[in-house]
Amino acid sequence: MKRRLKALNDWVDHRTGLPTAIQTFLYEDIPASAGWHQVFGSVAMFLFMVQAFTGALLAFNYAPTPGDAYNSLRYILTEVTAGRLMRGLHHWGASMMIVVVVLHMVQVFLYGAYKKPRETTWMVGVMLLLLTLAYGLTGYLLPWDNRAYWGTVVTTRIAAQAPLLGSYLTRLLGGDESIGVVTFARFFGLHVLLLPPATALLIGIHVYLVRKHGVAPAPGDETLPTTKFYPQQVLKDTVAIFIAFCILFLMAVAVRVPLEQLADPTDTTYIPRPEWYFLFLFQTLKLFNGPLEVVGSTVLPGLAVLLLLLVPFIDRSAMIKVTRRTFAAAVVLLAAIGWGGLTAAAVLTTPPESRQAAIDYSEPTEWMQLTPEEMAGIGYFRAENCASCHSLTPGVTGIGPDLTQTASHRTAAWMIQHFKSPAGVRPGSSMPPIQLSDSQLNTLAAFLLKVNADNASALSSAPDFAIQGALVYQARGCADCHVVNGSGTEVGPSLNGLGKRRTRSWVEEHFDDPPKLSPGSIMPAYKLPQKDLDNLVTYLFSLPEP
Amino acid sequence: MDETPRADSPQSALPPTRRNFSAVAIHGIWAVIVAALGVPAIGYLLIPAKFRRKSDFVEAGDITQLTPQIPLEVAFRRNRVDGWRVVSEKSTAWVVKLADNNVVAYAPQCTHLGCAYHWDQRRTEFVCPCHNSVFSVDGKVQEGPAPRPLDRYQTKIEGTKLLLGPVQTSSSETV
Repeated sequence: MKRRLKALNDWVDHRTGLPTAIQTFLYEDIPASAGWHQVFGSVAMFLFMVQAFTGALLAFNYAPTPGDAYNSLRYILTEVTAGRLMRGLHHWGASMMIVVVVLHMVQVFLYGAYKKPRETTWMVGVMLLLLTLAYGLTGYLLPWDNRAYWGTVVTTRIAAQAPLLGSYLTRLLGGDESIGVVTFARFFGLHVLLLPPATALLIGIHVYLVRKHGVAPAPGDETLPTTKFYPQQVLKDTVAIFIAFCILFLMAVAVRVPLEQLADPTDTTYIPRPEWYFLFLFQTLKLFNGPLEVVGSTVLPGLAVLLLLLVPFIDRSAMIKVTRRTFAAAVVLLAAIGWGGLTAAAVLTTPPESRQAAIDYSEPTEWMQLTPEEMAGIGYFRAENCASCHSLTPGVTGIGPDLTQTASHRTAAWMIQHFKSPAGVRPGSSMPPIQLSDSQLNTLAAFLLKVNADNASALSSAPDFAIQGALVYQARGCADCHVVNGSGTEVGPSLNGLGKRRTRSWVEEHFDDPPKLSPGSIMPAYKLPQKDLDNLVTYLFSLPEP
Repeated sequence: MDETPRADSPQSALPPTRRNFSAVAIHGIWAVIVAALGVPAIGYLLIPAKFRRKSDFVEAGDITQLTPQIPLEVAFRRNRVDGWRVVSEKSTAWVVKLADNNVVAYAPQCTHLGCAYHWDQRRTEFVCPCHNSVFSVDGKVQEGPAPRPLDRYQTKIEGTKLLLGPVQTSSSETV
């Protein structure tokens, strides 16, 4: 067997030279000082491969045009097996890549590994950093939700301020009038067609240069025997990659990446914020006003990049021990403080999330089609802990009958009788009677009549604010004069699409004194507790447009 | 990481067990990573998406128009779930009232390779123009390479209206 493998290996080697190449690659000499501090480059390369892999998988279920982009991403998140995991890996992988690339640069900078003859290696590395940021910038638009849209509006406006090139850049990004199909196509094209081969090419050059010049030695290495890349350093790299991968995987599973509502260019309340690693730039911009704005938006960042590129030519001193490079350490520290301070300032000055609860559109939103009565029914279903015996989760059976199968065969009257006296209607039932008023039991029956095996989990995932809002809606008898999702009496206006017609503050004020804001209105004033008011208005604003 | 050999010990000085340990650890970790990415990826590509929206029954004509044993091609619009969108598309069905007065509706594709077949009035048989599969009026294969009888739509009759549901593949069923 062993001899056969050897023969096969020789055959392949003779034809392709691959085994020899791998051997040469693995058994390269590295300086004795090589160790854990040099793992970041490998981790960054690994993360790039994870991004390419998950990105390709996402593209298999993604339509790169504005409206469809959003719908197809929702499809990935709510219907495709492991779709949420893939998106989570891609999303957090992007952030992690920034972190690791920066750590890699900091290490190289602290150790002075950019010095002669490794200047070009460093400069290619800086270009790779810029490419990584370009992925972040272009990928941000692709979900086409509000966050994506508004973030990109700001980005393209910043590009437009660039001295001399501004108007050309805007045209290149397709953002002449507004962000639309053209900008989207350009960003997508950059993100998946142009940037990946450019990155692969630059990584190739970068690794070639590292090999050509060898891993940067530390002072004192001359006297020590060199060691081999394999196995010690490969094991260290692999362990570091594994740690990074575990963190990434855990984040993808545990930290939910929300999807906001579909991009809405008419939304006047949205506060755009860039991704966290661009916040410092965003904040820098605020320090410059009027004609100086261009300094903050393009001149300073441009100079910073130039400075970064020229680092090996600014510091041309001989290699010294890392512990004696105090100036370099001070530069890193100052940069970290500057970055951290700007980022913190940006976070602190972000207006607090408006009281409006954010709807996570990466969840099914079938609940939006329910009537307020049915929604209130979900509220009582939860309040009475019905789910402890009647599971609405497919595949999980409780003690009681599966309501997704049985409820639709009953009438509302039968159900209400049964709720009041379970054993009276179904002898032998061990269900306790439900202590609710008739109208409350009515809503519960209304919900159960609606539920079936297909929609159960989607309906029971309705967010809390909507249910609380619907409970207020029911309790105050709003349906006596208003229609929601086709249910109610049309004395006043239908409330579907209210969020499009009115602002939040208008609606809140209107509850206080209806005739003041809509003259001639016969609606009585409602003094609702603040919490009820918040839930009710948020619920009404989440209703689908007619 | 006590097991990791110190970086300054040259490779030749490493005892073989250390080398083996490193090799096993490296391969093991990579196997875990590849599996953690590969298994979900296979599920992502191969397990069908959750199909939460069912196709509804749509009206496709009046059964009083039918002559027994003479198939009629009817066209209707139906909503089909296509990935992330629901498309309204034109569909056709061959509707026939069989000898036992049952009304059945055949999907318009030959069960061999999906060509559109037609009703040959002279032969009173369905004929597929691609590879000469021939089906009888009750959908059974008479000749040719077709592997199974014609697929049928689920049908419902409300009054005199014919309602068509999803197509059911007649794979094991004997017509």
